Amino acid sequence: MAPSNPFPWARSLSTPARDLRRRPAEGEIWAAEVKVSGTNTQETPNGAPSAAIAAGESVVLADGEPLRLESGATLCPITVAYTTQGRLNADKSNAILICHALTGDQFVCGTHPVSGRPGWWETMVGPGRPLDTERYFLICPNILGGCMGSTGPSEINPATGKPWGLDFPVITIGDMVNVQNLLVDHLGIDTLFAVIGGSMGGMQVLDWAVRFPRRVFSAMPIATALKTSAQNIAHHEVGRQAVMADPDWCGGRYQEEGKRPHRGLAVARMGAHITYLSESALTRKFGRSLQGRERVTYGFEADFQVESYLRHQGITFVDRFDANSYLYITRAMDYFDLVQEHGGVMADIFAGTTVRFGVISFTSDWMFPTAENREIVNALNAVGANVSFVEIDTDQGHDSFLMEIDDYHNVVRGFLDGAAELRGLARP
Amino acid sequence: MSAQPQGPASGASGSRPGHGIRVDQQLIADLVPAGARVLDVGCGDGALLYHLAHAKGADARGIEISRERVAACLGQGLSVIQGDAETELSTYPTGSFDCVVLSQTIQAVRDPRGTLETLLRIGKQAVVSITNAGYWRNRLHFALRGQVPVRESPGESWFNTPNIHPCTIRDFVALADDMGIPIERCYAVGASGTSRQVDPASASANLFAVQAVFLLG
Repeated sequence: MAPSNPFPWARSLSTPARDLRRRPAEGEIWAAEVKVSGTNTQETPNGAPSAAIAAGESVVLADGEPLRLESGATLCPITVAYTTQGRLNADKSNAILICHALTGDQFVCGTHPVSGRPGWWETMVGPGRPLDTERYFLICPNILGGCMGSTGPSEINPATGKPWGLDFPVITIGDMVNVQNLLVDHLGIDTLFAVIGGSMGGMQVLDWAVRFPRRVFSAMPIATALKTSAQNIAHHEVGRQAVMADPDWCGGRYQEEGKRPHRGLAVARMGAHITYLSESALTRKFGRSLQGRERVTYGFEADFQVESYLRHQGITFVDRFDANSYLYITRAMDYFDLVQEHGGVMADIFAGTTVRFGVISFTSDWMFPTAENREIVNALNAVGANVSFVEIDTDQGHDSFLMEIDDYHNVVRGFLDGAAELRGLARP
Repeated sequence: MSAQPQGPASGASGSRPGHGIRVDQQLIADLVPAGARVLDVGCGDGALLYHLAHAKGADARGIEISRERVAACLGQGLSVIQGDAETELSTYPTGSFDCVVLSQTIQAVRDPRGTLETLLRIGKQAVVSITNAGYWRNRLHFALRGQVPVRESPGESWFNTPNIHPCTIRDFVALADDMGIPIERCYAVGASGTSRQVDPASASANLFAVQAVFLLG
């Protein structure tokens, strides 16, 4: 018996995707609704390089004083779109900065304004959840280079009045963190109670702890590494080449040409998505099951459920993500190497740190395997830093950090509870 | 450690889920200087770590193989790394702790000699507690029943016990001597839970002690 089609809405890749990511007209606020408790939708401040703020809040930073990027280039002004949850306490000691991953954004919870789906960390964030909005004040900014309202390649270059495209300077994880640091300044918070994030978000967490150790009380880098491995650079390169091979990419000027390289970006997403899963999870979920048919068709339609699933992942992704952002952000990950930044000496990375670290890895994660997470632990042990580490047993691969896994959530909750007690935060 | 060993058969190690600590743990805590940097290897649910951190003002860290126990430790604000101590310890720099604690675990490691060496590499001192296989009831059990004494734990027998290297006080002292490790102090814990400092070479301690605690280095 062929199972019923679980993805009836999956389209063929040759079908044009809905163009939800068209450029908004001047002054237009995206007509998307988002329900985020404790957050006011705020219009783009005057002078912002773009009006593409979907919801949440937005602030213009580095206005007047350009931010020097690690590449040597400067950027000014910089818009940061962000959401907040919960309430900042009187002494401003309960703020947690959430760093999102490659294709994440500021919408950690609530309905996503573009996809209409729940936020990417819906199960982690909320009253009584590990990131308890009754207890903590959560801040999640869209990263520099992102495409959900923060300054990035799809925004308008103030010097030309046209979208940045490939004129946007190449950015690094450190640049993203420097911008987040300006946001924390703007919010009037001196020390973050915690910085937390998975995958590329975890890289930002590590960079925060290295760059601004006195601003960070505790840090939870999840499913991440001190440096991006050759294998991950390789996967990124395949993704970028897929984008750039799409004729609609137009050398990066697709916005001006009124086109979108959705096929290339979808293929990039399909390839990347495989790396977020695991062989055993794919086998468990799909095996060799056929997609809405009794037998193979001896053609190139999506015979197998796993093909249909990947096509769906690719197609829905292009609805909410910008191709040039994908190039820039994967490049930022490639360049991330805290070991090299410290002369190749692991023990120098966290020398003298007072930050409390909680590192988490997942057994089936082959993108950021446990061994790479343990390297973080070893580097911290080398300087006697305060570090805890847990490896969660799951077959859900790298994407486990987004999943509701009891052991995982209990560890996050436990680590934050313990740190909160030391920080003197009242229980809700 | 490859498994969390159970307490001795005599019941001298009363369990204290979350409250108080065992007799041998109290002895260990007494041997740790206030404010010391301590690593508890195989720290279980963190009772000793918690005591060291709060009652002794120690900078206390732990290693524990069980995820559930690590999670319990984290929830108490303790710093614990999940892992197999026998491989994990090699990543710690030399002399990084004032004191390293190995509490009732040495009988469960694959390489007790190598483990002892490592403990004294990363710690200036080590406190090791053992369950004394030379305790008279164990000897009687062996003599009368002709079976290897295995600690009373449901379903545990000689072929599946994690305690693969049982040793007596005399065995441990001989190993320390052989390795040139000075035994600074030795305490014997009796079946009633009382403890006293003894000469590590004492034959009566090896007969009547259920557990022993050694301060090494």
